[in-house]
Amino acid sequence: MTSGSRHYAARTGIENTMKTVLLVSALASVLIVLLIFVFTLKEAMPAFREIGFEDMLLGKVWRPGNDQYGILAMIAGSGLVTLGAVAIGVPLALGTAVFLSEIAPGWISGIVRPSVELLAGIPSVVYGLFGMVVLVPLVRTIPAPGNVGFGLLSASIVLAVMVLPTIANVSEFAIRSVPKGYREGSLALGATKWETIARVIVPAARPGIISAVVLGLGRALGETIAMIMVIGNSVVIPSASTGNPLSIFLSRARTLTGNIAVEISYATGVHESALFATGVVLFVLIMLVNSSARFLLKSSISRGGKN
Amino acid sequence: MTEEIRMKAEGYSLFYGEFKALNDISIDIPVNRITAFIGPSGCGKSTFLRSFNRMNDLIPGVTTEGTVFLDGNDISKEDVVDLRRKVGMVFQRPNPFPKSIFDNVAYGPRLHGTRNRSDLAVIVEKSLKAAALWDEVKDDLNKSGLAISGGQQQRLCIARAIAVEPEVILMDEPASALDPVATLKIEELMNELKKNYTIAIVTHNMQQAARVSDYTAFLLTDENRAGNLIEFGPTRQIFTTPSDERTEDYISGRFG
Amino acid sequence: MATSRFTRKMAQGGAFTVFWLMGATAVLIMLFVVGYIMVQGIPQLNLEFFTTSPRGGLSGDGGIYSTVVTTFYMVVVTLLIATPLGVGAAIYLTEYSEKAESPIVRRLVRIARFGVETLAGVPSIIFGLFGYALFVSALNMGFSIMSASLAGACLIIPVVIRTTEEALKSVPDSYREGSLALGATKWETIRKVILPSALPGISTGILLSAGRIVSETAIFFVTLGGSYRVPHSLMSGGRTMALHVYYLAMETRAFDKAMSTAAVLVALIVLMNLAINLITSRISSKTR
Repeated sequence: MTSGSRHYAARTGIENTMKTVLLVSALASVLIVLLIFVFTLKEAMPAFREIGFEDMLLGKVWRPGNDQYGILAMIAGSGLVTLGAVAIGVPLALGTAVFLSEIAPGWISGIVRPSVELLAGIPSVVYGLFGMVVLVPLVRTIPAPGNVGFGLLSASIVLAVMVLPTIANVSEFAIRSVPKGYREGSLALGATKWETIARVIVPAARPGIISAVVLGLGRALGETIAMIMVIGNSVVIPSASTGNPLSIFLSRARTLTGNIAVEISYATGVHESALFATGVVLFVLIMLVNSSARFLLKSSISRGGKN
Repeated sequence: MTEEIRMKAEGYSLFYGEFKALNDISIDIPVNRITAFIGPSGCGKSTFLRSFNRMNDLIPGVTTEGTVFLDGNDISKEDVVDLRRKVGMVFQRPNPFPKSIFDNVAYGPRLHGTRNRSDLAVIVEKSLKAAALWDEVKDDLNKSGLAISGGQQQRLCIARAIAVEPEVILMDEPASALDPVATLKIEELMNELKKNYTIAIVTHNMQQAARVSDYTAFLLTDENRAGNLIEFGPTRQIFTTPSDERTEDYISGRFG
Repeated sequence: MATSRFTRKMAQGGAFTVFWLMGATAVLIMLFVVGYIMVQGIPQLNLEFFTTSPRGGLSGDGGIYSTVVTTFYMVVVTLLIATPLGVGAAIYLTEYSEKAESPIVRRLVRIARFGVETLAGVPSIIFGLFGYALFVSALNMGFSIMSASLAGACLIIPVVIRTTEEALKSVPDSYREGSLALGATKWETIRKVILPSALPGISTGILLSAGRIVSETAIFFVTLGGSYRVPHSLMSGGRTMALHVYYLAMETRAFDKAMSTAAVLVALIVLMNLAINLITSRISSKTR
């Protein structure tokens, strides 16, 4: 009898210990986030204090040797390459999602879907390599002054392929989640399959599709290595080289992520702090994108009826 | 039958792959009348109803024998999209689109080319009135079709079906998901609608069939689990003096 | 009727053609990228490539031996750090917080979930920055496997948590009830009944994480250094295969070797994905 109750006490003891241990594990993630937050801010403070928030954000010149730490060019670089990636990638991803969920017969899906999954698994450095070896020479053939192939266009194409699987996957899920009753109802009214897809199903999946695009945006803004390898690493604000405004995509650039990665290993003092500040700006940017998405989602769900 | 016939099935059988689900059914659907299909669950009445607008085509592996006619034309030879405009359907669970009430009703006409906002408004009002919903929603047609009650949603679906000016309206247990008050409204509506449309309805509620329909068809599965037409005739006759013993058993509640 | 049946049919035909083209494009892109890498990279693969280390310096000579070793160490150490933390967190979040006791605990759980979600959204370079600031500099670990694994673990933990939670949730409640009814404690139930049942799903998460570590470059770029030698301790730096591709392409400009290394990387990832798919299909066939 006593050994039984001793045994029971031991088991209860273990039970309670484990509960605490597991709770600590769960809080570890919070701890890490806090640590990252605190550390990054702490390291970035000197830069904000000495250089000034406004001067950094709006400063057009990044020349650490000259004590100039304006990251506007990098903000432009990140913004433009993400824009380009979205312009190329979202239509293709949505098209693939619709194709897979509504149009493709079973065996075709069996080829297309794994292909997209495979694209998702390719490491970013391999995409960068591919971009350097294949895309850059191709882009270089476009006649424009100063076009070396490296730049926003090559980077946008690479980035588009990288975010395609994410956007396609989440969009496909959203489309598949549309209640079957909508499809039946539309067809029973004498609509064609395409009309049903375009006028009922895709609009009904809009919240999910928006989430998908935002997820893709976040990934695009956070991509580092592939960007370093093809975007040309120029600290000047990208500009159009010919009369055509689209030629801005032929200029070289640098992303916020690239800025950090390329210079962190040899930066010291204020310079190093400025790189952390770049990290803070990047983080804030991504948070802004995510919250505007949440706002968009709420308004599109509440509007619900009107479209 | 002395009545004018809008749709008719002749020797119609349906197969899911190898399995025969409907066996050799022949029936007439008269114009401007309500024809009810009754029978125990699983007897194939919904499947049969869906044959009239070829919704079964959407199920892979389905094959049929025999013919279904609309105004004397074999519907399998007709363009299915066109057919579905002429033969509309209201489903068991109301399925309004996540759009405004206006856009729900205007959906069909828009497909067929009516773009002008005021033309559409006329159609929407007419259809909502015919579905006995206009007075309840006329103040806010921009409200989402999902933001109204179940009974109202079903009437919205009926308005939506009417808006494309069909000849026939098929109703698959239209009131089974609704409360008794809403059900009554739908039944009253059906009586009004039959003046202008031909209606075929599937119902598991015998009393409803007796209240509402002019003609009734009783279906039952045979020993091979295929649905067969046991008896068809004017409702009064089916419910008071059925000719087949099985019909009588079902009517008097001995099974089902 | 203003829009004729014919017009509508044509519109559908046109639209569907476009979508077929899009599907084809996705496949073609994949074939192009993977195909190019493989075609360029595979011919140079030989035993020597795998067994010699890079010569270092500016020459592109040598193989990838040291990078393979480094990659292996990185995967093992990072998983050793991240898996207990991640699985533990997932267990707590699924098993212990359902009928959470006190409001304090419930608040803590909400905070924990928020932490996991936020962590999942952090771009990897920030982890690198953090790792550099904390592990490499402040804690003076320098460029080392230890620094890099700790930073990498931050990236992996949300992945492990998410997959483990899914695996745990798919264990039927009847198992839990059965065990508790026999007088087992909660932890005993988890250890002896739930975890074993969820093991395939958890393995999937671990494999996925391993894949991410193999592919990851940005974090290690900033915490691992670039040494081409075989690491001899946890405090040595080194290069993973992915990092090696980067250096070959950007500094040494040895594109042929870069392609070969990339080919090995891609093949490795494909194998891991296949393994994951195998486990997943085994899980779903068991539960059918």
